[in-house]
Amino acid sequence: MGEPFIHLAGVTKVYRSRGAEFLAISEASFDVEPGELVSLVGPSGCGKTTLLKILAGLHSHESGEVRIGSPSQPFDPSRDIGMVFQQPLLLKWRRIIDNVLLPAEILGLPMDASRSRARDLLALVGLAGHEEKYPYELSGGMQQRASIARALIHDPKLILMDEPFGALDALTREKMNLELLRIWQEAQKTIVFVTHGITEAVFLGTRVIVFTAGPARMADNFKVELPHPRTLDMKTHEKFGDYTRRIYKLLGME
Amino acid sequence: MTGTQLQRYSLAVLSHLALVAVWHFFVVYGNVPKFVMPSPYATLHALLVPNYRWLENIYVTSIEIFGGYILAVVVGIGVALLFSWFRWLELIVMPLLVSLNMIPKVALGPLIIVWFKYGIGPNIMMAFAICFFPIVLTTARGLREVEPDLLDLVRTLKGSRWQVFTKIQLPGALPYIFSGMKVAAILAVAGAIVGEFLGSDRGLGYLMLQVQVTLDTAAMFMAVILITLIGGILYLMVLGLERLLVVSDARLS
Repeated sequence: MGEPFIHLAGVTKVYRSRGAEFLAISEASFDVEPGELVSLVGPSGCGKTTLLKILAGLHSHESGEVRIGSPSQPFDPSRDIGMVFQQPLLLKWRRIIDNVLLPAEILGLPMDASRSRARDLLALVGLAGHEEKYPYELSGGMQQRASIARALIHDPKLILMDEPFGALDALTREKMNLELLRIWQEAQKTIVFVTHGITEAVFLGTRVIVFTAGPARMADNFKVELPHPRTLDMKTHEKFGDYTRRIYKLLGME
Repeated sequence: MTGTQLQRYSLAVLSHLALVAVWHFFVVYGNVPKFVMPSPYATLHALLVPNYRWLENIYVTSIEIFGGYILAVVVGIGVALLFSWFRWLELIVMPLLVSLNMIPKVALGPLIIVWFKYGIGPNIMMAFAICFFPIVLTTARGLREVEPDLLDLVRTLKGSRWQVFTKIQLPGALPYIFSGMKVAAILAVAGAIVGEFLGSDRGLGYLMLQVQVTLDTAAMFMAVILITLIGGILYLMVLGLERLLVVSDARLS
């Protein structure tokens, strides 16, 4: 393998409030290869969302090195990041297709080409035929699919997802996991996926990075050796159980 | 229009007609004196008195209501926009506006007459003063209500402040702006009429004071109905504009 797409070395982030210092991330170091889907898993307050925001360029960090992109995969921070949040955050007054087009408008991309790309992406996320609807006409899961299409519209190299299925019911969540894997394989993107769901982290990830809280630190980083495409019955494999047990143990739940 | 909608509208029309019927029978069979309460027919009949110059008075009162209202909408939204662009301005001016809003605007009437004499202009100011504040307040609130994650999304794309404003902030604030405009529409009517009561030589409020002397209660009833109709038309226009601009799900009821 060539150079990593994301390289983090000793990244530390401190929050200061009312004179007190609070260590949000300490000494996080890991590499992400191009095309990987990396799960960041851990309890609330372990710094995983903060780390995601550092990758997005929204937060600064105190020390350590953050490098995204490589000579073979150059990275433009304003055009190569797609974000998906826990809430779909669609604009209520825009039709689904116009919501998907929002990043293209902000970046000033040619609209005709973007519009046809938006249609393709909506088909990719399973929303063909819903282009002209308003967000309130769609279920929560469908809205989240639309927000994934929005994250892909400007063809970014890196997709950052912050607990995107955390607000969905358990069954919809399982379904969205399979959908995400399919979209990831078709779109060929590098994805960093933040979650507090341990089985979700293992099921989706080519690699899982475990964070623990109090004090915040990176506790583990391992490759998930399960074949692709993943299927739901892999969750009953012995290997799958080994991985989840390994995480539970780190989080002090066993 | 769906069946249930049709049913709702016809029920609404029926209840209004029923009210007029109750009014009619109360006056006719209760032997109520005409100067206490005229019948619906007598009220309509008042329109035939040429001395009352209904058309001119309707025109004057409408100008006052619409003038004051439109002025309040333009200035109110403008001020709220400035607040959202310059945070320090809001910190300085907003508390001042809140204090000034405590003044009962009606109490300013005599002062306005001293400063600006009486007539259409001062009455427009009265309508403006009374409906300006709700518009500023709701618009400022609406402009503040932006999802922080949505701002992050725009920031990762290095979007400009102007893009945030035109694509997210302003359309997001529209439902709030309209809820303020609906409240203000009703207040504007009250403002203009109070202005006419305090000092004027034309308008429906002025006419009411004139006919009060001669105990022409029917004309007073007619004036009240016409004032209500003008207010109703203004309200419907605002409602129509809201339908046009705001997606149904985003409307604040």
